[in-house]
Amino acid sequence: MSRFKTKKGKGSPAINTSSLPDIIFMLLFFFMVTTVMREVTLKVKTKLPQATEVQKLERKSLVSYIYIGPPVKSALYGTNSRIQLNDTFATIDNIQEFVAKEREDRDEADKKFITTSLKVDGLTKMGIVTDVKQELRKAGALKINYSTRKGKAEKR
Amino acid sequence: MAKKVPPEINAGSMADIAFLLLIFFLVTTTMDVDTGITRKLPPPVETETPDNEVNNRNVLKVLVNNQDRLLIDGKPGDINQLRYKVVDFITPHPGDDTYPEVTTKHIDQLNIDIPISKGIVSLKNDRGTSYDMYIRVQNELAAGFNELKDRFAMEMYKQKYSQLIDKDKIDAVNAAVPVAISEAEPEDIGGK
Repeated sequence: MSRFKTKKGKGSPAINTSSLPDIIFMLLFFFMVTTVMREVTLKVKTKLPQATEVQKLERKSLVSYIYIGPPVKSALYGTNSRIQLNDTFATIDNIQEFVAKEREDRDEADKKFITTSLKVDGLTKMGIVTDVKQELRKAGALKINYSTRKGKAEKR
Repeated sequence: MAKKVPPEINAGSMADIAFLLLIFFLVTTTMDVDTGITRKLPPPVETETPDNEVNNRNVLKVLVNNQDRLLIDGKPGDINQLRYKVVDFITPHPGDDTYPEVTTKHIDQLNIDIPISKGIVSLKNDRGTSYDMYIRVQNELAAGFNELKDRFAMEMYKQKYSQLIDKDKIDAVNAAVPVAISEAEPEDIGGK
């Protein structure tokens, strides 16, 4: 009968936690590899429109971003759509400068693969987008990508 | 002589440190995959060149006004029909005067000559058009061309365009179905 005797008074043995750091490190490395650092703090709201025929944007190091949308602090900056380059608001005139600088930062061999990703809020009027596109043409940044989310396009 | 056992290092806080790092990376990084519609802008025109004489029947005009309404080839159109219009328009119709002209093109990868439509989709938008609508139109146009690519890929390789892996095959399909979307110079009609 001693086979069913419960151990009393000994308390449960401590769980071996020596492999816990390894597990956490594994998670950490997973996240380090699969994610990218957040580059800029957004000053404009960009609720991207949805589209079904989207392509993946490859080689993220060769992508420069232009954000267009209504400012987050609408009380301070109004609700009209503004352009954001890097961390600050910009005007149309800054775009060529921006493109030149982005080009400078890349390797010589990669320069012709630079894609400009336009992250534009869905409610923005095309006027400002067209202006930006014209500037990009002048600057010679001809490869562009209209950033969209994948999904069924819906009417807002 | 008794061997001296080195004291064990307490690794209990290692997990905490790793957790801290993990949480730091979770907060500061983004995981979203960037997707979008890739387009190529035409190079800037420095000098005033006369417009390329493009035959009227070769152009499918798509206009979007500041009320987000569509005008397809002079008739008010519905966005849901746009992709079928594009497919119908770009599919080569040899000998039919109401469709764009047809030329033959040699596809190097397959070593065959195939008929190709000379049709161009011309997209024009107003400054007051909303970006939402613009993307929807671009999306429909892209869908139309993708449909044509799918058809060609099905015919040649018995596979959909998106399922092709071989680069030669992808190039062949891209050569056979060029994405002919032209964007007109902007115009200010409707105000802001």
